[in-house]
Amino acid sequence: MLTIHSTTFNSRLFIGTGKFSSSVVMKEAIDASGSEMVTVALRRVDLDNPDDNIMKALDRDKYVFLPNTSGARNAEEAIRLARLARAASGSNWLKLEVTPDPRTLLPDPVDTLLATQQLVKEGFIVLPYMNADPILALRLQDAGAAAVMPLGAPIGTNQGIKTELLIAIIIEQARVPVVVDAGLGAPSHAAQAMEMGADAVLVNTAIAVADNPVRMAKAFRMGVEAGREAFEAGLGRKSISASCSSPETGMLTADLDFIKS
Amino acid sequence: MFTEPDFSKLIHWTARSSIKDVVHAIEKEHADIKDLAALLSPEAEQLLPRMAARSRDITARRFGQITQLYAPLYLSNICINRCTYCGFAADNKIPRKVLTIEEAEKEAVILFERGFQHILLVTGEAPKAAGVGYLEEVAVRLRNRFAALSIEVQPLETAEYARLFKAGITAVAVYQETYDRIVYDQVHLAGKKQDYTYRLATPARAAAGGMREIGIGSLLGLSDWRAEGLALGLHLFWLRKHFWKTSFTVSFPRLRPAAGSFKPLVQVSEKNLSQLIFALRIFDPDVGLVLSTREEASFRDGMLGLGPTRYSAGSCTAPGGYSNKDSDGEQFQIGDERSIFEVAASIAARGLDPVCKDWDKVFQTEN
Repeated sequence: MLTIHSTTFNSRLFIGTGKFSSSVVMKEAIDASGSEMVTVALRRVDLDNPDDNIMKALDRDKYVFLPNTSGARNAEEAIRLARLARAASGSNWLKLEVTPDPRTLLPDPVDTLLATQQLVKEGFIVLPYMNADPILALRLQDAGAAAVMPLGAPIGTNQGIKTELLIAIIIEQARVPVVVDAGLGAPSHAAQAMEMGADAVLVNTAIAVADNPVRMAKAFRMGVEAGREAFEAGLGRKSISASCSSPETGMLTADLDFIKS
Repeated sequence: MFTEPDFSKLIHWTARSSIKDVVHAIEKEHADIKDLAALLSPEAEQLLPRMAARSRDITARRFGQITQLYAPLYLSNICINRCTYCGFAADNKIPRKVLTIEEAEKEAVILFERGFQHILLVTGEAPKAAGVGYLEEVAVRLRNRFAALSIEVQPLETAEYARLFKAGITAVAVYQETYDRIVYDQVHLAGKKQDYTYRLATPARAAAGGMREIGIGSLLGLSDWRAEGLALGLHLFWLRKHFWKTSFTVSFPRLRPAAGSFKPLVQVSEKNLSQLIFALRIFDPDVGLVLSTREEASFRDGMLGLGPTRYSAGSCTAPGGYSNKDSDGEQFQIGDERSIFEVAASIAARGLDPVCKDWDKVFQTEN
């Protein structure tokens, strides 16, 4: 069971609601995924309109809604969006996205930290989207982030976990759950994240633009479960080969003849 | 708070391993606490040369081909505690002394002229004679001469550590002595040191007070050394999680003859000590490992580059002992009596760089 800020989740797969061909497909895919938390881009929903497609399609009792500030270019915009989201939804949960570059959609580290600090002060449950920077992860945790969400690869690229080494460090050092978010293009990528010890993953594009989003959602569900099961079962240890010794040292044993006893 | 480990469990976990698990622990990219337990087990002893090689390689990659040098400066041997193993125990009849600021400076100048830039200021526990105010004065007096001053003194409060940091102290060493609560209570007969829990929380208080480096350790010879090793690993792991900006070191004081003729409760051989060092290095590639002059020259020379990163040299454990060689009242007998020049020469002969300076007063002071 995964716990984020006192809320427990059976599913370690979170789904983004963007890019689907219709809200019907979106709903069916989310159902098939078994997910219990979905992100909703504030710029896509009309929170004042009770007939809004996205909001209507999703049962608010079934899922934790995680409004995101996608589109915000700086902390100020993100904070404004966050306050709006809370006013409309009544929920404190927030996925913080500060992405000034519309081409790469990479997260701004400075404004993400500033916004996190401010929003935590205002009582939000902040889940910041971040580049896989271990120091930034620690700074965000110090600021009170409820989880950290490092990217595997830029949003929508489906490249998999290109930031593996750094995510491993983040996971090792983390005091809050780590959700690998962005860039996961295949269930095997999601499984890899879980095998590494990530607490959850967030997937959007790979499911939404698949030929069959419902089946892809199911596949991701299985991938996440497989990866987590393997992690908990204690994955077979990988040995480093002999040639990994540095060339200067190279020798596999050291001389201990000097030891007296 | 780092909670008191269940020592009997630690003994159990390090009591036995399979060769397969030890080999995995040696070869793994990132060893975890289960691997540390395997590396500390009796079965690992037959793989010591391989452990040593891995420890050597990790140390070289992480720290470079170097060994840092430091010197202890004993300011005072007055102590209100009665620790059965220590030469400074309150009921031991030794000449007691606390150095005046001038005397401390005189000692320091000797060390400075020998080439030391890192000094460890040591006192027994004497809050009246050698309290925070005294330490602060000493720090202010000495800080401009040296790259870094550390302290190994009685446990203090967070605010006191913050005060001393401001005065110019960079690092704090405070050893739990033994994580085995039962033995702890047996060997600490009187004084504030009897408070196991307060002492256990001290590294965290020092880190919270802003100290840049914290040294932990166990006194080898009090309880099961394998379990102590696992306790140290757990403590280190916890400290890193909670104080990610802080550096850490582990020291390995092994009981030596002292006034009061205390015999170690358990035997810890050089072989055991080397296994402990290699195991901790493999477990934590980034922790500084300190080998003091308690150990003999042959052992210290042999261990160069294999895991330890920091050596003392030319040490004297009696207050005022550098100025006056006949000073009495030492804490323990020295195993390696060589001077800094001899130790530095050994380090260089081993293909390592003897490093005298690895910090700067400017990190903490204006001028």
